[in-house]
Amino acid sequence: MSSKRTVQFKIYRYDPDKDDKPYMQDISVELEESDKKLLDALVRLKAKDDTLSFRRSCREGVCGSDAMNINGKNGLACLTSMDEIAQPVVLRPLPGLPVIRDVIVDMTQFFKQYHSIKPYLVNNDPAPERERLQSPEDREELNGLYECILCACCSTSCPSFWWNPDKFVGPAGLLAAYRFLADTRDQATSERLDNLEDPYRLFRCHSIMNCVDVCPKNLNPTKAIGKIKDMMVRRAV
Amino acid sequence: MKVAKRTFDAVIVGAGGAGLRAALQLSEAGMKTAVLTKVFPTRSHTVAAQGGVAASLGNSTEDNWHWHMYDTVKGSDWLGDQDAIEFMVKKANEVVVELEHYGMPFDRTDNGKIYQRPFGGHSQNYGQTPVSRSCAAADRTGHAMLHALYQRNVRANTQFFVEWMAMDLIRNADGDVLGVTAMEMETGEVSIFHAKATIFATGGAGRIYYSSTNAFINTGDGVGMAARAGIPLEDMEFWQFHPTGVAGAGVLITEGVRGEGGILRNASGERFMERYAPNLKDLASRDVVSRAMTTEINEGRGCGSAKDHVLLDITHLSPETINKRLPGIREISIQFAGVDPIKALIPVVPTCHYQMGGIPTNYKGQVVVPKDGNSNVPIVGFYAAGECACASVHGANRLGTNSLLDLLVFGKAAGETVVSDFQSGQLKLQPLPEDAADVSLARIARLETQTGGEDVHEVRLEMQRVMQKHAGVFRFADVMKEGVTKIMEVAERAKRTQIKDKSKVWNTARTEALELDNLIEVAKATMVSAEARKESRGAHVRDDAIDCAETPNGRDDVNWLKHTLWYSQGNRLDYKPVNLQPMSADVEPIALAKRTY
Repeated sequence: MSSKRTVQFKIYRYDPDKDDKPYMQDISVELEESDKKLLDALVRLKAKDDTLSFRRSCREGVCGSDAMNINGKNGLACLTSMDEIAQPVVLRPLPGLPVIRDVIVDMTQFFKQYHSIKPYLVNNDPAPERERLQSPEDREELNGLYECILCACCSTSCPSFWWNPDKFVGPAGLLAAYRFLADTRDQATSERLDNLEDPYRLFRCHSIMNCVDVCPKNLNPTKAIGKIKDMMVRRAV
Repeated sequence: MKVAKRTFDAVIVGAGGAGLRAALQLSEAGMKTAVLTKVFPTRSHTVAAQGGVAASLGNSTEDNWHWHMYDTVKGSDWLGDQDAIEFMVKKANEVVVELEHYGMPFDRTDNGKIYQRPFGGHSQNYGQTPVSRSCAAADRTGHAMLHALYQRNVRANTQFFVEWMAMDLIRNADGDVLGVTAMEMETGEVSIFHAKATIFATGGAGRIYYSSTNAFINTGDGVGMAARAGIPLEDMEFWQFHPTGVAGAGVLITEGVRGEGGILRNASGERFMERYAPNLKDLASRDVVSRAMTTEINEGRGCGSAKDHVLLDITHLSPETINKRLPGIREISIQFAGVDPIKALIPVVPTCHYQMGGIPTNYKGQVVVPKDGNSNVPIVGFYAAGECACASVHGANRLGTNSLLDLLVFGKAAGETVVSDFQSGQLKLQPLPEDAADVSLARIARLETQTGGEDVHEVRLEMQRVMQKHAGVFRFADVMKEGVTKIMEVAERAKRTQIKDKSKVWNTARTEALELDNLIEVAKATMVSAEARKESRGAHVRDDAIDCAETPNGRDDVNWLKHTLWYSQGNRLDYKPVNLQPMSADVEPIALAKRTY
């Protein structure tokens, strides 16, 4: 166990209310033994300087609030261990989205793409009295898809999303699209595929796989995107 | 400062499970509704629920709502209102099946039905054997539920105000509720949300304690707002300490682990729950297990070099079961305890988890207060559901999986009540008082100008330490008395908080200062209500309450079978009777008995 130690940070700072432009702030903080994760260190930093702004909530990697760019790679502060981290710890906002303040980004475009795939189950049969049946095997098809926490680490690490955030759905949205395509209870398969049949919405994915590399939940959007492409091909022949 | 005004049929504060479930009711009925939430809806704390939601579907073992009702009343140590409990357990199958229809990815049985697992305090045949009643999506049930509810609201075109923090409740001279003031976090602007109906679904305040499974956002905002607006808080002395928070980190390890066969062990490897709950053992209710663990630790049988925790053992389960049913727990154990539970035991301690008390409501979701000799008079225009509300179904101790059920049933019920009051023309847009935003503007102005004040972080930490020490798992008369004095001192300091950040844009220092105002109300309510209750019941256990025939387990039904009501104004206590009568004439009340597992 490491005891008290001082950690050096370089943090992207920008407050539109007072700063003309963003700057990188050099700052250090002495951590207590209980400060295991990057989020603990940020909370410790904020106790020193309350102007440091970041989103956070569950502190256990399920709410998706504290995504940021950590030493050049997107990740969640609450799941990043302070033991293994290289110093100075360089923190920047998620790339490709407008910065509101410090490491807080405007996620409007990200959620717009998520909403564009109609992220809800469509089943027009009259609702039965009890649950719709689904075999354990069919349910297993949803594993690796439904666990997404919408943190945006993947989409904001994707060059195709950086270039065309308004046209390319991005890995998070496409993972969600496949989550419904893969659900045996969903009846909107052809509408969902029509919705993605476009030079940009799906086909801007060039399998660069940054999304897979950064996903804090170890999900694989590239694989899901490949499966959507397969479905497109199969219905064309 | 000029204050913008927005007008809606209804405003819902909070977009966790209860808020989203209520919103769905209103949106689908075509009501013009604003849902205010200080985080994007899927970041609400419902997302962290793990083990499941209770419903007597009977998919794996025989079950019925009568057994569920008995377990819930017994779990509540008879402090729960039996009409609300009957209402909840009877609605359980309907609301869970609805969720499945919305697309929630429940695990499945071999014949394709919703998978159910055993959980603490849930039994067959009135306490005899454990029952599989918890409907689960692996150990990510809350996440799957919250996302399914959000998705359904996307379909229903619900209007969200994301990253808006509600500040104060607006009431007129008659006490009717006319909406809330709220601050947009991105701009710092304050607006009035004027509405015919206001539903609070703001969650709990687990952050009053130093060690908590709760998210940072669980600051009791609705509870604090209600208290400041003159509404009493019910049964705030009852806080659930979850048996299995990761030692040191506080992160939750679901009871579903024990539902799948996990065992608690002390320093000598003994399965100590056999001594405390010979029948249900590790699946006794949470208050019982947390006390047993604390006793083991206090008597020197704790584990580790400081002997300050016990161990949760699932090494006897197959890796396949762990990976299939408890994948999230495996991740959490590796991340936060440095332990792979397939090979090693997880260090756990009882950790503050859930607020049984809250804003008093009836089973329709209407907020009710004493008036003219009647203890339950609805406040015009005001409704509440979920952890911020007290219906009261959990009484002195909540059963695991009944919280997700609570937010579904009462989120929906509050929504239905509002829709029906709206459609019948009962709800009116009443004129706003001239000074509707003054209190909120004054709070912001004070933070702008405060000098020589107190540091928000320091005051919050002191509050958390006081609560941890003076209102914990075991409670002592003198320690609680001292706690009341101390929390009042902390509350005085909280009135003079000062922040350095003066920016209008995403000022989290200001948000945290405003949240502290809410936390402090909850902390005061808890400490004062706890000190006053001279008996042991459920999660409230005092050393001076004697276990004898007249007061089984120290529970004094002659003097204390009643709900506490705490008023912030004057720091005053009042009480009201527990409803021991079920909703339906043909349902037998669950008779008072000594609680054993």
